[in-house]
Amino acid sequence: MKHLLATDGLDPRLATAVLDTADELKKTLLGREVRKLPTLRGRTVVTLFYENSTRTRVSFEIAGKWMSADVINVSSGGSSVGKGESLRDTALTLAAAGADCVIIRHPASGAAHRLAGWLAESGTAVVNAGDGMHEHPTQALLDAATLRERLGTLSGRRVAIVGDVLHSRVARSNIHLLTALGAEVVLVAPPTLLPVGVSALPVTVSHELDAELAALDAVMMLRVQAERMHGGFFPSAREYSVAYGLSEQRLKMLPEHAVVLHPGPMLRGMEIASAVADAPSSAITEQVRNGVHVRMAVLYHLLAGEEEK
Amino acid sequence: MASRPRGAAEPDGERELLSAGDVARTIARMAHQVIEKTALGAESGEPPVLLGIPTRGTSLAGRLAERIAEFAGVAPPTGALDITLYRDDLRRKPTRPLASTQLPGTGIDDRVVILVDDVLFSGRTVRAALDALRDHGRPRSVQLAVLVDRGHREFPIRADYVGKNVPTSRSEEVLVLLSEVDGRDAVVLRGKGEGA
Repeated sequence: MKHLLATDGLDPRLATAVLDTADELKKTLLGREVRKLPTLRGRTVVTLFYENSTRTRVSFEIAGKWMSADVINVSSGGSSVGKGESLRDTALTLAAAGADCVIIRHPASGAAHRLAGWLAESGTAVVNAGDGMHEHPTQALLDAATLRERLGTLSGRRVAIVGDVLHSRVARSNIHLLTALGAEVVLVAPPTLLPVGVSALPVTVSHELDAELAALDAVMMLRVQAERMHGGFFPSAREYSVAYGLSEQRLKMLPEHAVVLHPGPMLRGMEIASAVADAPSSAITEQVRNGVHVRMAVLYHLLAGEEEK
Repeated sequence: MASRPRGAAEPDGERELLSAGDVARTIARMAHQVIEKTALGAESGEPPVLLGIPTRGTSLAGRLAERIAEFAGVAPPTGALDITLYRDDLRRKPTRPLASTQLPGTGIDDRVVILVDDVLFSGRTVRAALDALRDHGRPRSVQLAVLVDRGHREFPIRADYVGKNVPTSRSEEVLVLLSEVDGRDAVVLRGKGEGA
């Protein structure tokens, strides 16, 4: 693996290898006093964040540090990015300074791909930590890791992705990864929050959450991305919540083994009832915990292997 | 060859160094040596902990423990220690899948730990294993048991228990085959390696 830019087109065998590595790392580190491995000693990992994010950045930073890499955080506020430097120049600077891996979060879809193109010569690996409305592959991998842990396997499982699919890179990455790993995906959203061309995706679509619940193995709630909405996508927060929020009543309609996921940050009371978020079916804190192990596994597969050339 | 030379060359330049019977006898002998060296039985305290280095070291540790239990009447706890994350040559090889580390419930603090591996070569695996052990606890002492010592050490490391010493050239390959993993027991020397 040279870069991790998207789950679209990701080899399912490679995805499974990353998930297996994450499992082993989790077991290896469980109950340890010193959670530090020498695996990536001497490698430099830079997080380059043009958008705010706490959990993703911290999770990558911890992952790198637990494997003894040197981790440097660059955010758009306190750097030359704020002075107007282009993404390309920033990237070339980082590569020239010796970064082995750049982890990028950017508001523009496709930014990670452009970066990988510019850095092709330098051999610096690129990880997409969320680009606009396009993809967020490590989030999909950690969701898959969490579902595998709870359900045993993804093959043949039915997973609903509920809410603002249109603006969600998490949804897009999950659709590709979950179907590649053998799960069935159903998108549940109002027609206004579904992307154009949804019929080309390997999913089924529904506008009725209640009708789907009984047959699901997992429900993945999405955040309503108010900051990306510049128009009326639904009449009111209240109406959205009534139609697509995961309430306690809806939780009861799910099979007992079903898992509830949310990529965070949650709008409690709107997308998901507070009691549901804290119920035993909810794997939301496990998602965060698995995020660290999955990102360690990604860094391992990108940086520990044979040097090309 | 120290013991019976097995001259009959097999196809592809392979030569069998140990047959299935030899492997079983070698493990039995090593079990006796462990019992003697760790003064197991009689009035001894806790038995040593056998930690195999995956994949074949884990199988060997299990077999060694069975023989020790049979001869000394004390079953030593066994486990597996994956050292992949501790290797210093990760960047020179393709990414390896990780194996499981499973320590016995007794832990390894203040115990005699015997690392078990199939082949002792450069010593880098053992060095990595010592680093890995340090992260898991503080054994009283650490010993090393290997089925085959093929020489070419790059670190000042030697084994406490050696099943068979095999002088080799660097271009040769020593393959330990075990029924748990490979379907049969044997130790094979392959002549025309592609360079070590």
